[in-house]
Amino acid sequence: MGAAARFILRRRGAHGSGKGWHWTDIVTWLWLVGGLVIMFGPAIWLVFSSFKTPAALAEFPPSILPYVTQQAMVEGYEKPLQLFNAKMPDGSTRVLAEVRRIGLVSQMVDPKAPGEIVRVNINDRTPVRTISFATENYIQPFTQFDFLRYLWNSVFVTVMATLITLVVNSMAAFALSKYEFRGRGAAMLIILATLMVPLSVIMVPLYSIISSLNLFNSLWGVILPTVATPTGVFILRQYMLTIPDELIDAARMDKASEWQIYWRIVLPLTAPALAVLAIFSVVWRWNDFLWPLIVLSRRELYTLQVGLSIYSGELNVQWHFILAMTVVTMIPVVLVFIFLQRFITTGIAGTGLK
Amino acid sequence: MSTTSPPSLLMAPVHAAMRIVDVPLRALQKATGIGGMAAFFLAPNMLIFSIFVLLPLVINFVYSMTGGTAFFLAERYFVGFDQYARLFSCDNFLDPMSCQEDAFWTAAGNTFWFVILQVALMIVTALITALILNRDLAARSFWRAVFFFPVLLSPVVVGLIWKWILQRQGLLNFILYQFGVTEPFTWLTDRNWTFAATIGVSIWAHMGFYALILLAGLQAIPKDLYEAAEMDGTKPARVFWRITLPLLAPNLLVVVVLALIRAVQIFDEVFVLTGGGPGTSTLYLTQYIYETGFASALRNPGLAAAASILMGVVLVILTLFQLGLGRKNESKGKR
Repeated sequence: MGAAARFILRRRGAHGSGKGWHWTDIVTWLWLVGGLVIMFGPAIWLVFSSFKTPAALAEFPPSILPYVTQQAMVEGYEKPLQLFNAKMPDGSTRVLAEVRRIGLVSQMVDPKAPGEIVRVNINDRTPVRTISFATENYIQPFTQFDFLRYLWNSVFVTVMATLITLVVNSMAAFALSKYEFRGRGAAMLIILATLMVPLSVIMVPLYSIISSLNLFNSLWGVILPTVATPTGVFILRQYMLTIPDELIDAARMDKASEWQIYWRIVLPLTAPALAVLAIFSVVWRWNDFLWPLIVLSRRELYTLQVGLSIYSGELNVQWHFILAMTVVTMIPVVLVFIFLQRFITTGIAGTGLK
Repeated sequence: MSTTSPPSLLMAPVHAAMRIVDVPLRALQKATGIGGMAAFFLAPNMLIFSIFVLLPLVINFVYSMTGGTAFFLAERYFVGFDQYARLFSCDNFLDPMSCQEDAFWTAAGNTFWFVILQVALMIVTALITALILNRDLAARSFWRAVFFFPVLLSPVVVGLIWKWILQRQGLLNFILYQFGVTEPFTWLTDRNWTFAATIGVSIWAHMGFYALILLAGLQAIPKDLYEAAEMDGTKPARVFWRITLPLLAPNLLVVVVLALIRAVQIFDEVFVLTGGGPGTSTLYLTQYIYETGFASALRNPGLAAAASILMGVVLVILTLFQLGLGRKNESKGKR
């Protein structure tokens, strides 16, 4: 226990020796704990909120956990009545059902003996509540709205774009790293220059090209412009440069075709870089928003991101559905974060690319 | 069959397909030689590049010289520099309302202040985070992950999370209420608060990315410099100003320019969070281009193209600045 505490609270230069707390130690821990709350807090709040009923979401002050107020059918009353813990004048508490409220006085009955009306000050009663997860927030958007469709569209775009990205980029990287030909430098320069062409600069003409190709309102119109990523070519080429040319020469001696060399020798050896690119690509394509928003105008073609933003922009926002679907949209990225975060952070730290 | 592992079982049809593909490709190789194969490998990527990046880049200039609401170039008519003239017809450039295209100048002004404030705050918080993560911490990779987490979230998710927290009856007003603030803040309907919210939210979402790059820079600083400073009894503040900051400068400049380029293009999370409102208080350039080109009833793709070219010019200047800095650092012998 003492060792664990020393380990966790390890400080600058102190290493468990008797030195006191330097002010920078205090700043460090305030920053880290504050960061923990600010960075994770909003997402956790989202997850808890997504399990609340619309009534619980409208409450102020809000509770952290999803509570549902208890109701009971009482003999002689048509509608279910809300249950309260009421404090009696003698100090005891009873579970009573509220019949009506007049000003500061609540008229209540005992659910078991509904004959007698008890008058209680509204400040002396608290609702009976139990924790209950409103899973219908998750089920209804899939069954009654189009969210299953959006989920499928998002998965389709992400998987297809990533597969094509891997094939096309690795082929280009192979050509740019293992062949000597005229214009290789120019091709590399063009690819790197396109790193600096953001979508926001070319979206108007790109849209006209997409419509000329009849790809407007098609998921392929979302996929194709994204697959020739300069980042991918760059990462893969850097990696392939480290593969010794002797391997390729030896394969040529054995009468392997160039395609076989690419497929059987170079690609397997590039697996780590391909994995990094695949992870990046999945996150990019899953998160894409502006381009799908432009290309897709038919509801049944929306991706999750577009569908969510359209639904959340409508006049009477059904927050309980939006919050649940936001959680669903977040899940793949959170999985990547939990299991593959290491690849991404080293990828960014190594290349400065996102 | 029991020795076949699932992945290789899964790959078997792929390998079979590749063997079939190999037959025509061998013929191609025989016909064109190895040089031809290089072109074959490069072709798909370059084709997609040309159609979806280079061609739009060229067409954009043509677009900005034409008028009308049609998207097909054949249906558009030549107007010369009219679109640019329209963007620049202003009585007083400091007052957007005196301009013919007031939305553009409002968006440009908003973007300007957004970029200045967001990048400044972003760099300061990212630098503090990187310095703290570079200390001798227990479970450092965990803490690094904490600050990195929002970077992976989609802008739509980020926008919705904060829209939920910042709304009138949201979590933030509840926390303030706990501290005795009875009058709820109108984070998303007051002009100034909304502007601040877009800055705060975008910093929340991207700060971890920049902190990560700065952390890599800090870890590349030789440890013996610090040991020497400690032996000389140098004050920590002096160590920071004389060792850490100068040696981190190349990374810091890269991060500043990268953050500037990203901030100029801000769109997604703001569009979800505020939709540019209230009024035009969080209307930024990309949203102006999007709405002028596609969304508004009186769409004008030519005007949107002209505005996007102006934005592109700003980005090119920033990029060249970055490349220049990179070259200068290289010639100094650092990396």
